[in-house]
Amino acid sequence: MSGGLRRNTLPGFGLTMGLTLTWLSIIVLIPLAGLFLKTMELGPDQFWAILTSRRTLNALKISFGLAFCAALVNLVMGMIVVWALVRYRFPGRRLFDAIVDIPFALPTAVAGVALTSLFAQKGWLGAPLAELGIKVAFTPIGIFVAMVFIGIPFVVRTVQPVLLDLDSEIEEAAASLGANRWHIVSKVILPSLMPAVLTGFALAFARAVGEYGSVIFIAGNLPNVSEIAPLLIVIRLSEFRYADATAIAVVMLVAAFLIIFAVNRLQRWAQVRAPAQ
Amino acid sequence: MKGRFPMAIEVRNLVKKFGAFAALDHVDLKIRSGELLALLGPSGSGKTTLLRIIAGLDWPDAGEVSFDGQNALARGAGERGVGFVFQHYALFRHMTVFENVAFGLRVQPRAIRKPDSAIRARVKELLDLVQLDWLADRYPGQLSGGQRQRVALARALAIEPRILLLDEPFGALDAKVRKELRTWLRALHEEINVTSIFVTHDQEEALEVANRVVVMDKGRIEQVGTPSDVYDNPETAFVHGFIGESIVLPVEIHDGVVRLGDTALNIAAERGSAGPSKLFVRRHDMQVSAPGWGGLEGTVRRVRTFGPIQRADIAVPGRLGETVIEIDAPRDRELHSGDIVGLQPRRYRIFADQP
Repeated sequence: MSGGLRRNTLPGFGLTMGLTLTWLSIIVLIPLAGLFLKTMELGPDQFWAILTSRRTLNALKISFGLAFCAALVNLVMGMIVVWALVRYRFPGRRLFDAIVDIPFALPTAVAGVALTSLFAQKGWLGAPLAELGIKVAFTPIGIFVAMVFIGIPFVVRTVQPVLLDLDSEIEEAAASLGANRWHIVSKVILPSLMPAVLTGFALAFARAVGEYGSVIFIAGNLPNVSEIAPLLIVIRLSEFRYADATAIAVVMLVAAFLIIFAVNRLQRWAQVRAPAQ
Repeated sequence: MKGRFPMAIEVRNLVKKFGAFAALDHVDLKIRSGELLALLGPSGSGKTTLLRIIAGLDWPDAGEVSFDGQNALARGAGERGVGFVFQHYALFRHMTVFENVAFGLRVQPRAIRKPDSAIRARVKELLDLVQLDWLADRYPGQLSGGQRQRVALARALAIEPRILLLDEPFGALDAKVRKELRTWLRALHEEINVTSIFVTHDQEEALEVANRVVVMDKGRIEQVGTPSDVYDNPETAFVHGFIGESIVLPVEIHDGVVRLGDTALNIAAERGSAGPSKLFVRRHDMQVSAPGWGGLEGTVRRVRTFGPIQRADIAVPGRLGETVIEIDAPRDRELHSGDIVGLQPRRYRIFADQP
């Protein structure tokens, strides 16, 4: 090594950095670049026409809109679940804690089939709902249900460690300063959890936007009504309209990047406020 | 900065149990208005439990707590006008230093809440008091331990408490910062005029900072007194052993004669004492003398020399075998391993063994 370079105390930087770059290129960057190149085959007008066609717009609206709603529901319900799991001791707590992970572990197709049979018109939940005039399976509500199912662990697992870590002393400190229960929850506990909650929300949202397996079984897949964007990509591919498929894919990719960026910012925000150890 | 009148606190017959463990075992204590009191004891002595009950963060199983003669147990933590400083600060991480200090003012009921400008002025004043005004916009995570401690103190003072409680306030800090904050806390107490109680297991801290010291052990109060009181006139064996360095020898008292093993010592027993007891001598009160005049004797085991003194381990034979004690002797008195020396306590106390 030349005198001008500072010798690194940890050896192997060149090797690991080289492997990292090669690996990330093969696995991530090259396929993504291919995606953009393929889209380039379309002129800007064509690209725009594909994106603004009624069917594409509706598919994107359904995917992003329902994913957003599902993530919101997961945000609220996930926090309630976390609160119960962390703050109280009850029989079966460990079991419930384990159950939260099932949507992670279950193959999405299995989840889709299970949800479909449950919410079909003659299913355990579908039948009573049908009597109330609510149809879940093969409608957008079905998509929403599947997205809620696969998203819940993201909120629970990101918020849980932070709530566990939250010192009960800060609640006592707030109480001794004259804060009532409402102030303690709204001004102390929730703001402390906020970065984790938003991270969980973003992750659940990203997962729901990209979800394919569990949704297509229950969705009914009617164009413009209950057809999600990932399915439209598959349909375009099967029609050999590759450029159309990649154009939609690019939109989803950009969305994914934005979400990841947001998550990163949230985590950095959380770090500033964490105690420097 | 002078607040309202500082409060007097009275604790009567306080009992608190955690399962079978008695954290507080019938504790009585009067705390005078405006004093700076230390609760001193080893861990598990009940000192923090007592502090938390006074603050309203824990509730006793039995007993009374009153502030200026009024029952405090009828009020919750937030209604007692007590500022509490936690050992690990318990700052709100998501708020700036400024907002941390302002918290107690912002959560007051609308009817008595100050306008925002008044809150800002008050917080500024407090940050000046703890010399942290330049850190107002930082988050607690960006501060050092000593700075966080001072923010916690400013936050507790914001609500103009008439009682200030500090739980091991310097426990998590390094030795140098701890010394600085000690002096500073004393000065601050004189300036702000609130009744203050702090918990510590560090005797030096208690003796140096407090007006009065309460020594606790196993849920009971062993002694209450000024620092020189508890150091010079310890009332129990525990206090003598816990505060300052003590040489302890097992002795037997019979008909007013103090015996160590078979040797009668030429020291007087307190009237009425009898049976197995312990002889306590401060290290600096034990003089080395010539052997053979019929008193305390021992064999030098090991000598270490540093600075103006030499420190020696001396084995003193007794009925239950030897006790090795550590004494200081001046440099001009030469001691060698194996020498037999006499020991003459200048001051000593004898406490009967607890049955």
